[in-house]
Amino acid sequence: MARITAGVATSHIPAIGAAIDLGKTGEPYWQPVFKGYEFSKQWIAGRKPDVVILVYNDHASAFSLEIIPTFAIGCAESFAPADEGWGPRPVPVVEGHPELAWHIAQSTILDEFDMTIVNRMDVDHGLTVPMSLMFGQPQAWPCKVIPLAVNVVQYPPPSGNRCWNLGRSIRKAVASFPADLNVMVWGTGGMSHQLQGPRAGLINKEFDARFLDRLTTDPDGLAKVPHLEYVREAGSEGIELVMWLIMRGALEADAREIYRFYHVPASNTAVGHIIFENPR
Amino acid sequence: MPPVNYTDAFKDIPGTVVFDATQSRLGYHLNMFCMSLMKAENRAAFKSDERAYLRRFPMTDAQRDAVIARDYNRMIELGGNIYFLAKIGATDGFSFQNLASKMTGMPEDEYKAMMVAGGRSAQGNRSRSDRSK
Repeated sequence: MARITAGVATSHIPAIGAAIDLGKTGEPYWQPVFKGYEFSKQWIAGRKPDVVILVYNDHASAFSLEIIPTFAIGCAESFAPADEGWGPRPVPVVEGHPELAWHIAQSTILDEFDMTIVNRMDVDHGLTVPMSLMFGQPQAWPCKVIPLAVNVVQYPPPSGNRCWNLGRSIRKAVASFPADLNVMVWGTGGMSHQLQGPRAGLINKEFDARFLDRLTTDPDGLAKVPHLEYVREAGSEGIELVMWLIMRGALEADAREIYRFYHVPASNTAVGHIIFENPR
Repeated sequence: MPPVNYTDAFKDIPGTVVFDATQSRLGYHLNMFCMSLMKAENRAAFKSDERAYLRRFPMTDAQRDAVIARDYNRMIELGGNIYFLAKIGATDGFSFQNLASKMTGMPEDEYKAMMVAGGRSAQGNRSRSDRSK
C-alpha cells in the first residue's frame, strides 16, 4: 500500500526562484538562505519519494477571479511552469500522478471535502520554488507531483481547522491506495510577511517560532488559530501558513521533527522550513 | 461591545486591506485588466498606449487614473489585489520589493535595509484602536 513517510514545509518566495534561475545563489544576500536547504537536499536524495502531494497557492496565475476554488487537486499527466509576467521559469515540466490524484479526489470527496478536480493547470512559483529548493536544478524532477492548490487570495480562505482535517482525510486516502508508493506531503508559503500597503515588510519572528513549535507539538491546537490572528500577527500574506496544517494533518500525531531552518529576509518575507518524518 | 463580524474585525489592523467580497466586487475589472498582462502581446499594447488599453476594460475612471499614476495603495483601496497588481509592476520591469517600498512610502534602499535588519516589527502595528499593541 502507499504510505506517507514524511512532510516538508517551506516558504515559496518568488525571488528565491529568480536567484536560482539567474545564478545568484552564491551572493552574500542569498548564501544564508540556500545554506539552510543543504541538509534538506541531502536528506531527500536519500529518502527518494515516488510522489509529492504539494500543497501551495496559485498567485493569480492559473486562477483569476473568474473561478476561485478553495481546494483544487491537479489530476493531469503533467503541469507546465506558468508565465507570471517574466516568461515561465526555466524548470522542468512537473509530472503528475493521475491515478493517485484521482484516488485522493474520490476518497476526500466521499469524506465530505468538496474538492475541485483540475485537468489543466499551469503551476507558478508557489509550487516550483519549493521543488527547486529541495531538488536543485535537475534536467527532470526526480518524482511525480500532485499539485493541491488552496485559495488564500480571496477571503475567506479555508480555516486552519479545515486544512488540518483535509490533511487527515488525505492521510486516509493515501493509506488506501493499492500500490507500493513512498509519498510525501509538502506544505508551502509563509512565514510572516505582508506584501501590500503601508504595513508591507511586517515580520514577526516570535509568531513564526511559536508556529513552528506548535506545528510539531500541538498541531490540533494550532489549527484553531483564527484568520484574524494570522493577519494581525504574521501579516496579510502570513495567512498562507494555514496550508502547512494540511501537511501536518496528513502525518501521524507523533511524527518527528528532524530539521528546522529560519531566516529573515528573502525579499519581503521570513523564510521558514521544517521537515517531519513519520514513525516507521 | 457588540460582536464584530468576520470581515469588519480585520479593519482594526492598520495599513492592511483584506481582499474580501466587497473589495473583490469593486476590483473585478481592475484585477482582470491586470490578469490580461500575463500575455506578452497585451503587455506591448498596454505600454504603447495605456489610456487606450485601459478603455478595453469596464473600470472606473478612478481605477484607470490610479493605474496610470502607479498608485498601488489607491489601486488596493479601489479593489485591486496585490497578486494581480504585481503584474503591472512586472510589466514595468520592477521587482516586487520595489512595489512594496512604493506602498510604504519609503525609498527602495531604505525599505531593503529595513528588511535586512529584520523587517517591520509587529509591535505597534497590530491594532488601529490600540497602538501600544
